[in-house]
Amino acid sequence: MDPNTRQVCFEDVDVGDEIPALRKGCTTQQLVMWAGAAGDFYPIHFDQEFARSTGLEGVIVQGSLKNAFLGQLLHDWIAPGGFLRKFGCQFRGMDYPNQEMLCRGVITRKYEERGQALVDLDIWTENAAGKKTTPGTATVVLPRR
Amino acid sequence: MPESIVTAEMQAMIGREVDGGVAEVTTTSCRFFARAVGHTDPIFYEEAAARSRGYRGIVAPPGYLGTPVDFPGASSRIAIPPPLRQLQIPYKRVLDGGTSYEYLEPVVAGDVISSRAMITRFEERLGSIGPMLITYHEASYTRQDGRLVAKMYGHVIHY
Repeated sequence: MDPNTRQVCFEDVDVGDEIPALRKGCTTQQLVMWAGAAGDFYPIHFDQEFARSTGLEGVIVQGSLKNAFLGQLLHDWIAPGGFLRKFGCQFRGMDYPNQEMLCRGVITRKYEERGQALVDLDIWTENAAGKKTTPGTATVVLPRR
Repeated sequence: MPESIVTAEMQAMIGREVDGGVAEVTTTSCRFFARAVGHTDPIFYEEAAARSRGYRGIVAPPGYLGTPVDFPGASSRIAIPPPLRQLQIPYKRVLDGGTSYEYLEPVVAGDVISSRAMITRFEERLGSIGPMLITYHEASYTRQDGRLVAKMYGHVIHY
């Protein structure tokens, strides 16, 4: 979706609605870029040998990157006029590079507080088998029509 | 349940704020962060696009709160938040359990952000992977003009 041409508004959404999903699949290159961008150089995210020595199948996707993917999911949905008030997730399962990952969200609450139109969501990433590896929640401010 | 590993010293750390350091929000680091995620919105890359949408400058993508300012010879930066580095925990392995960010205002390139961090709670559990200690922590981020712009909540699992 081009964030400059379409705005989701408070009146457009209802509890139970699913927001447009974001498809992600990280390459090992993306993990390295993320290590640099986030400043986290723990080798289980870029050194296969090191990762295997800790009992993993190989390098794993950073939890913080999956969280940032959820940030993108929400941003792309509410831009340009919404505001991402709060978002986060728990790191419950490992994801490996070069595997399909889907970022999704469902609206759980719609309310007004101090004059702002707020929407709460359940958000998560799921792997190719449909397992939610990072369940979380978010709150966004949406413009009114 | 084995005996508690939370010492009186650890209990005393709950609620005690420590300096989390200063982070700069720069145009380059915002772009780098956005590119690493795969963001496509130009407000994370182009000054003109950000300003045309009402922002003071290139926008910090969700989850980005600046790049910590490092000095040669200072202790190496690690992914563990400052108050947790001082803990003496008998478990060898550590996992980041999760993080959430709360934004009070947009964060943009040019902001210089100071953080204060603290441990808010310890929880001990006997899980399928054995006994574990969950340490809940939070941090607040204040811009150079004194405005609180964001908070971060997280938990780390030792087992």
